[in-house]
Amino acid sequence: MSYASAYKEVERYLIDKIHFSLLSPIEIRKMAKVTVVRPEIYEADGSPVSGGVRDPHFGAIEPGERCPVCGNTREDCPGHFGKIDLARPVLLPHLGDKINVILQSTCRNCGRILLPDEKISYYTNIYLKLKEKWPVLAETFADEVAKQSSSVSECPHCGYKQYKLKFIKPFTFYEVRPEGEIRLTPSEIRERLERVQDKDIIVLGVDPKAARPEWMVLTVLPVPPLSVRPSITMENGLRAEDDLTHALVEIVRQNERLKNFLSSNAPESMVEEAWQTLQNVIAAYIDNELPNIYQLSHRGRKQLKTIAQRLKGKEGRLRGNLNGKRVNFSARTVISPDPYISIDEVGVPEEIAKILTLPIVVTPYNIEEARKYVLNGPYNWPGAMFVYKSKQNMKIDLRYQRNYRQLAESLEIGDIVERHLINGDIVLFNRQPSLHRMSIMAHKVRVMPGRTFRLNLLDCAPYNADFDGDEMNLHVPRLEEARSEAEELMLVEKQILSPRYGGPIIGGRQDYISGSYLLTVKTTLLTKEEVSLLMAAANYKGKMPEPAIIKPQPLWTGKQLVSLFLPEGLNFEGRAKINAGELKCDNERCFFDSYDIISNGRLLMGVFDKNAIGAEQPENVLHYITLEYGSDKAREFLDNVFRMFIRMLEIKGFSISLREVEIPKEAKEKINIMVEQAKNEIQEYINDYKEGNLEVIPGRTAEESLELKIIQRLQKLRDDAGKLAISYMDPFNNAFIMARTGARGSDINITQMAAMLGQQTVRGKRISRGFRTRTLPQFKPGDLSPEARGFIISNFRSGLKPYEVFFHAAGGREGLVDTAVKTSQSGYMQRRLINALQDLYISYDGTVRDSVGDIIQFKYGEDGVDPMLTYHGKAVNIDRIIQKAKGE
Amino acid sequence: MPSKLREEDKILGHYLVPKHRILSLEESVEVLKSLGIKPWQLPRISINDPVVKILGGKPGDIIEIERDSPTAGKYKAYRVVVSY
Ligand SMILES: [Mg+2]
Ligand SMILES: [Zn+2]
Ligand SMILES: [Zn+2]
Ligand SMILES: [Zn+2]
Repeated sequence: MSYASAYKEVERYLIDKIHFSLLSPIEIRKMAKVTVVRPEIYEADGSPVSGGVRDPHFGAIEPGERCPVCGNTREDCPGHFGKIDLARPVLLPHLGDKINVILQSTCRNCGRILLPDEKISYYTNIYLKLKEKWPVLAETFADEVAKQSSSVSECPHCGYKQYKLKFIKPFTFYEVRPEGEIRLTPSEIRERLERVQDKDIIVLGVDPKAARPEWMVLTVLPVPPLSVRPSITMENGLRAEDDLTHALVEIVRQNERLKNFLSSNAPESMVEEAWQTLQNVIAAYIDNELPNIYQLSHRGRKQLKTIAQRLKGKEGRLRGNLNGKRVNFSARTVISPDPYISIDEVGVPEEIAKILTLPIVVTPYNIEEARKYVLNGPYNWPGAMFVYKSKQNMKIDLRYQRNYRQLAESLEIGDIVERHLINGDIVLFNRQPSLHRMSIMAHKVRVMPGRTFRLNLLDCAPYNADFDGDEMNLHVPRLEEARSEAEELMLVEKQILSPRYGGPIIGGRQDYISGSYLLTVKTTLLTKEEVSLLMAAANYKGKMPEPAIIKPQPLWTGKQLVSLFLPEGLNFEGRAKINAGELKCDNERCFFDSYDIISNGRLLMGVFDKNAIGAEQPENVLHYITLEYGSDKAREFLDNVFRMFIRMLEIKGFSISLREVEIPKEAKEKINIMVEQAKNEIQEYINDYKEGNLEVIPGRTAEESLELKIIQRLQKLRDDAGKLAISYMDPFNNAFIMARTGARGSDINITQMAAMLGQQTVRGKRISRGFRTRTLPQFKPGDLSPEARGFIISNFRSGLKPYEVFFHAAGGREGLVDTAVKTSQSGYMQRRLINALQDLYISYDGTVRDSVGDIIQFKYGEDGVDPMLTYHGKAVNIDRIIQKAKGE
Repeated sequence: MPSKLREEDKILGHYLVPKHRILSLEESVEVLKSLGIKPWQLPRISINDPVVKILGGKPGDIIEIERDSPTAGKYKAYRVVVSY
């Protein structure tokens, strides 16, 4: 399409409603330009058979061909329908149920509905009224009327006796008469449907103007134009026809066979057989996966894709081409991390920037810039791919152009240059599965060498991305309207707060947390050189702060440095993540430095860890900065200060080794004693159980009680062992720091590395499967001891015994299966929810409405609160107000 | 019928049952006008709903339901009584 037509004001229409109805035989005949009577496709010379399924009257599709119907070439010929006159009528297979309902509720003689006149008109009245206001209810009402009238056994109009019908899907009907079951032929069915009167049929939910019931039985079959079923010419000159064409050929063949039988007065049984075959073939043409039919297939047994198969399923027209489609102006590649770009930037490889283009209209203000792009040509970044000369209405592809200089000079105001993507362009960035709003955000382009998209690590949380090979998609909005909408509404900076839970979803993880902890911890004192490095990383341009310590040498605290970046007037109070376990403390002047106090933008007490700067942590420092100082300030904070945290880690060095999870011999001995003790206690439980002396928990069997007691005791054992191991750890043990600050791992992980793995479970129970009464052959039958039922005493540091590895694998597999099952289930639920909610909107009066304006909620969320701007779901936060006041 | 009365009080007095009220014709018109809708565009409530039964609502009546909300204080919803 040319720009002229794209930018031209076109006449617009609003679709008011869409009406589905049946084609009448008259309409089919009227629109048909050719009648198909020959099953052959091509003559010997390769030209299409006249009166075949590729008759030229179906429309021009070859280049240069003129359509014999409308006289157009293939660009302008819309394609034309043809028809097949059926030798005998045939049912439309997907309407079997409706035919069944109408036949059952009307008289087999006079065609009236099997209810007295006054009832029919009364019900019709109700139906029409319902249809107006509650269309769904009207359908249920029609079903009810049909049920009532189909149970009548004698026609109230003509007095004829009525028989029950037996309907075998998709198109076989039997009438159950006293003398036996008689098959109804499509002709008989059509005759009966013809007798049904317009005024009667309304009450059964049929609009006679849109669909006379007898139209459900075909007498003439429309044949779609060639543009619907194009053939492909392969390089060896052979033609491959579309599946629909193959199916139509089969229909024509069977139809002609039936015609022959009829004209030659063949025996009734042969006519019957040919008729049923025709019925079957037409059913398969409409839906090749109907039950109880012979499926149409290629010679190689491959099933034909007929009309229903084109529409159905994930790859079908609806889900594959309308709900989701392949698009232009997009790119996809692997992502890799870059902490040195802003959170609202994305690194785009030059190769991609040279293919994705943006149209810019040449104005007096940018003509020189535009010339530069043209001069660079299509292969040098930043260049241009196309030039559209508006006066000549001509689009020039620079790839086939020699003289860029001449073209650049010929540029005029109003021309359009499709230039490469350059730094600062707005693009949409996306990672699947797109489960929430933040899965697609707008970024500013930063063109870079290399072949991967670069992403700031702080953006990993909203996309749920990591860099183990993840790929992401990029889309370029091309019109000004789209670009500004993306920038104003979708920019990363404007998505820091999540509407999911009213807190920041963007924020530090892993090294950012460790780094901020090490920087702000009490023991950290920094020399002038270190401070310079950190300030440079944070892009600080102000004056050096006064040192906290002057003698013997000037030293600065990390809290001082962080304070430089906190907005003035910010007050905050709260527990740090490390405020737990041994370090738990509510004292404002906490000795362990685990209670954060920020007063007037100065970090006075406490360390920065997950609770202060972490992603997905509502009501932390980041949350308040974003809410109270704006997302622009928050972005600045994220871009600068977080870089400093990483630099701190680089200065200090941070890694873990086996030493981190090594505990002293003394601790190991203590753990061994604890294990022995627990084993003995459990053996006592088992003995009690075997003697029948075990105290039974109410509502449980003896076995269950025993299991429960054992599990509880083993849980306690592992907890105790873990606590013991952790108590022996140096507070500056790196693994321990990560667990405490929330950077990575938990106490359980440390316990498993240093002390013991603990109980492995399958389906929430101790492992008991495998052999009949034991898990593995080295155990005695019926052994209920901890080791025999999947309790692992070893830890990862010292290594597992072979049977322990086996139990660990058994427990691990369950986790893998669970995640696989859960993702598919939640994906299905997500799709259903989206389909149900997609066209609800918040209208300007604050109500939530659906596509026809019906009310869903009288106030959005029943309180009118935007969760994105709340304090973890609360519209007002009294504590925060007090904090702010107190800090003054 | 003392037991019947007790049943009603049980329902209306239950802490999970919000305040229901049948609107007068004037009030109904006012509500519909302020929302710019026709009655059938409202959410519906069955005539068989226990509270509607007690209040004696008829199809077409509009019922105001006032709920307590931790975030909004009071939230008023309207429903049209239907016969099914
Ligand atoms: Mg990954
Ligand atoms: Zn044509
Ligand atoms: Zn009759
Ligand atoms: Zn303390």
